[in-house]
Amino acid sequence: MAVARPKHLTLILAREFATSLATPMLVADDLGILVFYNEAVEEIVGRSFEETGETPLDDWMESFDPRPIDPDPMGDERRPTQIAFQDQRASHRRFRVMSVDGVERQIALTAFPLFAHADEFVGVVAIFWRE
Amino acid sequence: MRVTIWGCRGSVPTPGPQTVRYGGNTSCVEVVVDDDSVIVLDAGTGIRALGLELQRRRTRRIRLLLTHLHLDHLEGLRFFAPLYDAEVTLEIWGPPSPTQNLRDRVARSFSPPLFPLELRDVPATVSFHDVPRDDWQLDAASLRADLVVHPGPTVGFRVQTATASLGYLPDHEPALAGSIAGRPLDWLSGSGVACDVDLLLHDAQYFDDEYPERIGWGHSSVAHAVSYARAVEARRLLLFHHEPYHGDDLLDRLEESARSLDADASVDPTLAREGMVLELP
Repeated sequence: MAVARPKHLTLILAREFATSLATPMLVADDLGILVFYNEAVEEIVGRSFEETGETPLDDWMESFDPRPIDPDPMGDERRPTQIAFQDQRASHRRFRVMSVDGVERQIALTAFPLFAHADEFVGVVAIFWRE
Repeated sequence: MRVTIWGCRGSVPTPGPQTVRYGGNTSCVEVVVDDDSVIVLDAGTGIRALGLELQRRRTRRIRLLLTHLHLDHLEGLRFFAPLYDAEVTLEIWGPPSPTQNLRDRVARSFSPPLFPLELRDVPATVSFHDVPRDDWQLDAASLRADLVVHPGPTVGFRVQTATASLGYLPDHEPALAGSIAGRPLDWLSGSGVACDVDLLLHDAQYFDDEYPERIGWGHSSVAHAVSYARAVEARRLLLFHHEPYHGDDLLDRLEESARSLDADASVDPTLAREGMVLELP
């Protein structure tokens, strides 16, 4: 069957959830591709998702030069989104980031994996908390 | 491919003088792709009469595809005559659940005090299968199941042969996940089963002015159904899962409404009715 499949329903519903939140939230798929962020993220990064488009989440995060505020007590320097992808567990950390408009901001980032079924990892959600 | 509607009512069976033309049996659709086997979509009360017909035809191999386990899609199974024939093989396919396997979930409706017989006591050979994440093949038909917007684990089905395709989304509220028109297809619930089909059976339970009071119940308005069919470029739309409170005359008005919404007749919206037979090329 040559017909394309849509995004997983879990991602479709996560996107709709994000659009109804005032809290900055992004959604990435199981391949680590950033597939959506809401308007509240635009206020932090200074660019709409329409302008950004689908892109590898790691590359996109790197473009904001995130610098951890507190050292990880276990020496784990990975970002919460990386931990959510690689270890498939929730993670939280505070950062300073430089947005595209040149303004440095302090944020906390919480990321967690999405499982449609116990053995079906479909992506990651990350939420930014302004500090 | 021959498609026969044995039940197209939503939510609860509605026999009576107000539902004579469109029928009162709940969801059940028969799909025949070759002479030796049959695919049945859902086991609402329409499956009872289908079972008698399959006995008459001496059909021994039956595949039942359940979109979900709400009662109006399962309640006819206990009265499906082939279950009580030891020569019948029945494969039941349905959405996986994180808590119980498909057999245990179906078996609940076969157990006391709901029903006097246990599922393990029926004479037919019955097997249960979670729908796979990838496409799969049943004889001449290629099948696909995708999770769709409806409360609880629910899938829509695509049945495709070399020459024809059918999309079956009897319980579906795509508008709950954002606007339908103009939305990229890869963000549209169920588009993988409905895209570019010859015939789309889609939920159209409500008039547009009824929908705002029922948001989140898992069903579509007639405008949403037409908009969805146009978005996925279905060639024909069969409006399905009729609201129990809608008698025949109201349903006539619903079809008129659908036709006015499809001004250029691109999806040719028509109301499903019991006994309707559609031959796809």
